[in-house]
Amino acid sequence: MIKALYVHVPFCEQICHYCDFNKFFLANQPVDEYLDLCETEMRNTVKAFSTEGLSSIYVGGGTPTSLNVHQLEKLLNGVKANFPLAPKYEWTVEVNPGSADSEKFKMMNETGVNRLSIGAQTFDEALLNKIGRDHRPEQVEETIAAARAAGITNISVDLMFGLPGQTLEQFRETLEKAVALPIDHVSAYSLKVEEKTVFYQLWRKGKLPLPGEDAEAEMYEELRKYMLDAGFHQYEISNFAKPGFESSHNLTYWQNEEYYGIGAGAHSYTAGTRRINHGPLPKYMNAVKESGFPYREEHEVTLKEKMEEEMFMGLRKLAGVSKQLFKDKYSREISEVFPLAANLTEKGLLEEDEDTFRLTEKGLLLGNEVFEGFLLSDD
Amino acid sequence: MKREDRIKRRDKIRNFSIIAHIDHGKSTLADRILEKTSALTQREMKDQMLDAMDLERERGITIKLNAVQLKYISNAGEEYIFHLIDTPGHVDFTYEVSRSLAACEGALLIVDAAQGIEAQTLANVYLALDNDLEILPVINKIDLPSAEPERVAQEVEDVIGLPKEDCVPASAKSGIGIEEILEAIVEKVPAPSGDPEAPLKAMIFDSLYDPYRGVIVYMRIVEGTVKPGEKVRMMATGKEFEVQELGVFTPKPDARDELTVGDVGFMVASIKNVSDTRVGDTVTHAARPTAEPLPGYRKLNPMVFCGLYPIDTNDYNDLREALEKLELNDASLQFEPETSQALGFGFRCGFLGLLHMEIIQERIEREFNIDLITTAPSVIYNVHLTDGESMRIDNPSAMPDAQKIEYVEEPYVKAQLMVPNEYVGAVMELCQKKRGTYVDMQYMDENRVTITYELPLAEIVYEFFDTLKSNTKGYASFDYEMIGHRESRLVKMDILLNGEQIDALSIIVHRDSAYQRGKAIVEKLKELIPRQQFEVPVQASIGQKIIARSTIKAMRKNVLAKCYGGDISRKRKLLEKQKEGKKRMKSVGSVEVPQEAFMSVLSMDEGDSK
Repeated sequence: MIKALYVHVPFCEQICHYCDFNKFFLANQPVDEYLDLCETEMRNTVKAFSTEGLSSIYVGGGTPTSLNVHQLEKLLNGVKANFPLAPKYEWTVEVNPGSADSEKFKMMNETGVNRLSIGAQTFDEALLNKIGRDHRPEQVEETIAAARAAGITNISVDLMFGLPGQTLEQFRETLEKAVALPIDHVSAYSLKVEEKTVFYQLWRKGKLPLPGEDAEAEMYEELRKYMLDAGFHQYEISNFAKPGFESSHNLTYWQNEEYYGIGAGAHSYTAGTRRINHGPLPKYMNAVKESGFPYREEHEVTLKEKMEEEMFMGLRKLAGVSKQLFKDKYSREISEVFPLAANLTEKGLLEEDEDTFRLTEKGLLLGNEVFEGFLLSDD
Repeated sequence: MKREDRIKRRDKIRNFSIIAHIDHGKSTLADRILEKTSALTQREMKDQMLDAMDLERERGITIKLNAVQLKYISNAGEEYIFHLIDTPGHVDFTYEVSRSLAACEGALLIVDAAQGIEAQTLANVYLALDNDLEILPVINKIDLPSAEPERVAQEVEDVIGLPKEDCVPASAKSGIGIEEILEAIVEKVPAPSGDPEAPLKAMIFDSLYDPYRGVIVYMRIVEGTVKPGEKVRMMATGKEFEVQELGVFTPKPDARDELTVGDVGFMVASIKNVSDTRVGDTVTHAARPTAEPLPGYRKLNPMVFCGLYPIDTNDYNDLREALEKLELNDASLQFEPETSQALGFGFRCGFLGLLHMEIIQERIEREFNIDLITTAPSVIYNVHLTDGESMRIDNPSAMPDAQKIEYVEEPYVKAQLMVPNEYVGAVMELCQKKRGTYVDMQYMDENRVTITYELPLAEIVYEFFDTLKSNTKGYASFDYEMIGHRESRLVKMDILLNGEQIDALSIIVHRDSAYQRGKAIVEKLKELIPRQQFEVPVQASIGQKIIARSTIKAMRKNVLAKCYGGDISRKRKLLEKQKEGKKRMKSVGSVEVPQEAFMSVLSMDEGDSK
């Protein structure tokens, strides 16, 4: 049963120095045609893989709010027209500070959007410039105020740490400003330098002064402490929420459940198969025009992979992975499929109680070392 | 064929080699000569015909010799048989070069019109002179904007003593001067001498193992005539074989009824092992042997040793098989089983030099798909013990305790370094740092200098050439010869990881620089060994005494805290890559050590650290 949908809007008015997502500079792009074809993809997709009702929709990018109000409305209505909604659902749209006004928020609210994820990243203006963001720190608060006035009150803020030249003190100031906002959710990501970005170019030339592993670890520890003190509990490696405001969309991924993915470069997991859509716009659009579907890659997930993913995604949640749920799903015990789990427990990276495997505090910082242990060998 | 016919044919033969520094255009010129002579079509022409192996192509050097028979009609309308014998271009293979030159009567000396004579070229010119070859100088790349053919011709005259008027200006790339070169070969290179009916004397200058036909011997007939079906004897090893096939390369193998005086070709004789066909050995008839072998044969001894260990211990047998296969084709490769506490089962391997070592290593990794740990290369030390005995040590970890040692000798080389004037200081500084002893300095012209140093071989086996190049913006060239062992104040330095001595990281260092080296090594290891889940002390010790220490901090953070949305495959790939990366490291004690760390102990960063 598919209950989640991701829609990708691959347009931006400015390209951030760290971003390697599928995105294009907005000017001169065939936006309207793209939106039409997204709707075609939605129509075909829901016909091919049915749903009884979505409980989570996430419109991300790129910058969804780089669309004008009419375009965005058309896209959101397309979603509503094609996918049935569950009685209770979470519908999130990503918003760049300063890229949406009351009119857009009002439209969103009327269409059914009930949650926003705002890309604040940092409240240090110099740092914002350095990472290629085109907003000013105070626009975060203005944007939130406009959204709330328009009736959308469930708001999350994205933050980044480990940025070039960023100090622990600067990050603390950002955290301070973030928790003072009327928000109920924070995602905090550490910078990872990816190929094909401005940062990669700089890094290769030795001109990107990253804070380093130790400083990053300190920032992460500071983040956890700060959020906890401010009344947010950590429910995933990078996510913090006031009780009841956990993002149900991201939980879809971590719980290894299926989801639709619409738009250029979007990923989906339907009928046991993971698919990746074509990223370049002409390719995506031609594929939809010609065959109705824009798949670039399809991979039927094997049982082995399913079990691995169950673990290395599931362990990202602080609640961990339930032994019983694993057994219900795969008719096998975690400890039997992954005997290596015992080593990780011994090393103090993993802990186990009656029904759960979960990361220890040390394991949280060394998650990849743990997750790697849940990749089975090929034979 | 009658004796007179064979002699008539002999007089139309011209055997020659091409001597050139790397990049001065040897292969390109060889290609042009092939085009102008044999019936090779363009379609058959691979670029740079003579360099067969991929590895050679990539490195731009020739490591396997080849001999090609060509037909050339001179301007006077006479038909000549040319044998073009290719030579390797690196100092590791000096002996092979000398043997292939011994198979010729002449040599084309290619000198780059912009760069002039290099040490390497000069070394090979001397080898050619040793073999009494007629040398034909060619100034190549005259069409380059930076070409100075006049100056270079003068240099040829001043340095080598060949009249500058004899230099042929050419551009192999553009096809300029090729005909003049071919005519000069006819006119100036002497025809072979030798009696076609004398007892057989053929010199082996290379061999190649073919899995279907056994060893293919490349040889030059100096005296006599050989035919298929005859029984021949290798004079150095005494082994006898029945000749199955004889032929020449045109450049494709082309069978012949006989090979006779002056011929350069190949022989197939059910030979199973290249070590039976040593370069420089003389082939004669078993029934009617010659009294004296040809002069110049010597057995090659490895100069540089290192341990080769499979990263995955399950690959041990595969590694042995790989070495056995390579040995079939490489008589100078030596190996024997060795055990390291840190690395497990592996092999101690001996090589002619560093390049030879790198080539073998690369071939094992590439052709046999075995990930290797290579320990730092070592030379052979003569260790004289207090009890009067002495031993030869090629593995630093086998060095006896200091109190048992009377003294240690290490091999020395005499190195010739050729540089433009302005880099003399840089070169001398480098040699001084490498414990060199200054011998001599000579100006070749107002701008170019040959500096002679005596250096410990151990100091030049690793990175010396690279450093030399980078300190001289690539202008220096370098050649060396062995001059025997000398006493040195050497000590063994051990490295400890997490308190555990790692035998594969032990090295022999000069006492005076031990502290400095120890410090540099522990810092380097700290840099190269990734953080582990616990803190790892890195120590250098001499005997029981710790002389340097650093610490690899415990891993603090390794978790993907980035939003990839629903891109699970990306998360998976990242984890798989991380897991693969660990597979390429060797678990030593409880520490994951990457391949390059084992070589790093010889790194010479110490003095250069900022």
